[in-house]
Amino acid sequence: MEPVLNVKNLTMNFGGLKALDDVNISVEKGQIAALIGPNGAGKTTFFNCITGIYDPTKGYVEITPPGKRPERIKGLKPNHVTEKGMSRTFQNIRLFHGMTVLENVMIGRHCRLNSGILSAMLRPGSQREEEKKVVSDSYEILEKIGLEKYVNEMAVNLPYGAQRRLEIARALATNPFILLLDEPAAGMNPQETKDLDDLIIWLRDNEDLTILLIEHDMKLVMSLSDRIHVVDYGKKIAEGTPEEVKNNPDVIKAYLGDESDDA
Amino acid sequence: MVTKKEIKQSVVIAFWFMLLTFPIMVIKVNTIKNEVIFRWQALFWTGVGTFFASLIWNYFLRLKESKKRADIKDDVPTVHRLLNTPQFRTPFLLAVGVFFLAYPFVFPMYHTSIMISALVYVMLGLGLNIVVGLAGLLDLGYVAFYAVGAYAYALLNLHFGISFWVVLPIAAVLGAICGTLLGYPVLRLRGDYLAIVTLGFGEIIRIVLENWSEFSKGPRGIPDIPPPGLFGIELGQHATVIYIYFIVIALVLTTIFFVNRLENSRIGRAWIALRDDEIACQAMGIDKFKTKLTAFALGATWASLGGVVFAAKTSYINPMSFTIWESITILCVVVIGGMGSAIGVIAGALVLILLPEYLRAVAEYRMLVFGALQVIVMVFRPDGLIKSVRKTYKFERAEK
Repeated sequence: MEPVLNVKNLTMNFGGLKALDDVNISVEKGQIAALIGPNGAGKTTFFNCITGIYDPTKGYVEITPPGKRPERIKGLKPNHVTEKGMSRTFQNIRLFHGMTVLENVMIGRHCRLNSGILSAMLRPGSQREEEKKVVSDSYEILEKIGLEKYVNEMAVNLPYGAQRRLEIARALATNPFILLLDEPAAGMNPQETKDLDDLIIWLRDNEDLTILLIEHDMKLVMSLSDRIHVVDYGKKIAEGTPEEVKNNPDVIKAYLGDESDDA
Repeated sequence: MVTKKEIKQSVVIAFWFMLLTFPIMVIKVNTIKNEVIFRWQALFWTGVGTFFASLIWNYFLRLKESKKRADIKDDVPTVHRLLNTPQFRTPFLLAVGVFFLAYPFVFPMYHTSIMISALVYVMLGLGLNIVVGLAGLLDLGYVAFYAVGAYAYALLNLHFGISFWVVLPIAAVLGAICGTLLGYPVLRLRGDYLAIVTLGFGEIIRIVLENWSEFSKGPRGIPDIPPPGLFGIELGQHATVIYIYFIVIALVLTTIFFVNRLENSRIGRAWIALRDDEIACQAMGIDKFKTKLTAFALGATWASLGGVVFAAKTSYINPMSFTIWESITILCVVVIGGMGSAIGVIAGALVLILLPEYLRAVAEYRMLVFGALQVIVMVFRPDGLIKSVRKTYKFERAEK
């Protein structure tokens, strides 16, 4: 299988702090990959670097949209990365609170539409057609994610679990081929986590998505992932199947500490 | 009911106020007779007044709190709810229409003239609402674009004799260009920084107009700006005012029409997304820069149109009409009316501009009362007089 996301030697310096140090990660098509590591290991920084929110100090990021040649995306603006088909959710929920649930999803569709100021003011047939399609497409996405009952609710009034799912719905609306989920299960109860597990697998199987996720819920990570990458202090320390990672001494050391340290 | 604690609090507030206002309320110095009069009576009334005002204030605050707890969901403003019921909608719009049609014929010229200013502020408010209310860019130099429109008409007319109707589209384009030119360097900034830079820009425009005499005639201003023409027919003074009134009404209606369409379009949604969360907005594929620039340019367009009307109405302009105070007033219209809410901004403009005029009855306390009212609105209705409501969509599948 060819990789759809290929990151090589990614380094990010904040002043003297090396938040990411020479990280190599490649994710294959149709995989559910997980990025784990202790708090402050640089997982979210990694997401921010590859989606263009930060401009990495060094390294090389490449994505391969389906049926196309690999493209380098390092240094692109976030909106261009999204246009190319890599979409993400946020760890600390970043919904548009002044908008309804449906409108939040409609925003995701923004980069797939063309109508500008003039067509918004004059409303020619093409614009009305497009607008109708956005509404129905967005509603369809909400149905898939299971949020259709909230459609006209303000996003901020949603229960916590539903807000997390809405983030996924919004990311889906941008028509991605690879989806980055930043702690999608944070703060969810066991039932919600279980539903999320099903949703992620459903997304991979039915929407042809490749998924890379950051997660602290080890049960979820172990049951879900095909491949796990572990980072600690900005360095990648291990990679492998859930079985391999679970038994890797470096990983255990990173999470539980070195015995010799305490002695 | 009133609790003991509240009474105690009000007593303390009353004493505090008596102390604070002692120098201005009690002591009166007569410099001619060289004597000082102590008006102890005023002190007493200040205390009593403050005591009861504080009690009432507390009562309403409590009312508001309990209401908030009771129904969080049912917070759609009454106006919106009424406008969505068809039985009410038509008669309401009809009544409003008839009122504004009949207004200049029923009321004397002075009132029509005030109403024109208020309607110009409706336009300005709706324009600034795009920038501040929808896109969340705090612009304190909005008056600069207002000046651009006004001077565009005054100068083009002075030098080339171009008429109102030709200047109107020219000024709109000029406003958009100025908005883009200013927006380009400034929009890298956010929040407070943006506010300060726009504030500076507004002042620069005014100072340039004041000092570049060859261009703008400096502080002397430009007199004899002709009113809009009506197929060459000579109109009397009163008729001209009525004519301008209807032009403004037409412009306001066009503004409402377009702004409403923009608000629920792809661009409008992008503005709100930008206001709510800049990073998420970019991550969702929205070009932040372009979105900000369109908001700025469109806002400037309406300010410029407002400026043309202003110049035509007053027939004399000078830089003193375009001070920072003007920007603040327009910002107040937007904030007090309700950020992002077109109906709110219209209500805000009418209240904020008409009220001080009609408060002339209480002459010297006019601005005091006005300020107090603003504070009261902000405390009891932090979302503005009429807050914004997002469009809802109906789905057949959902109703099954």
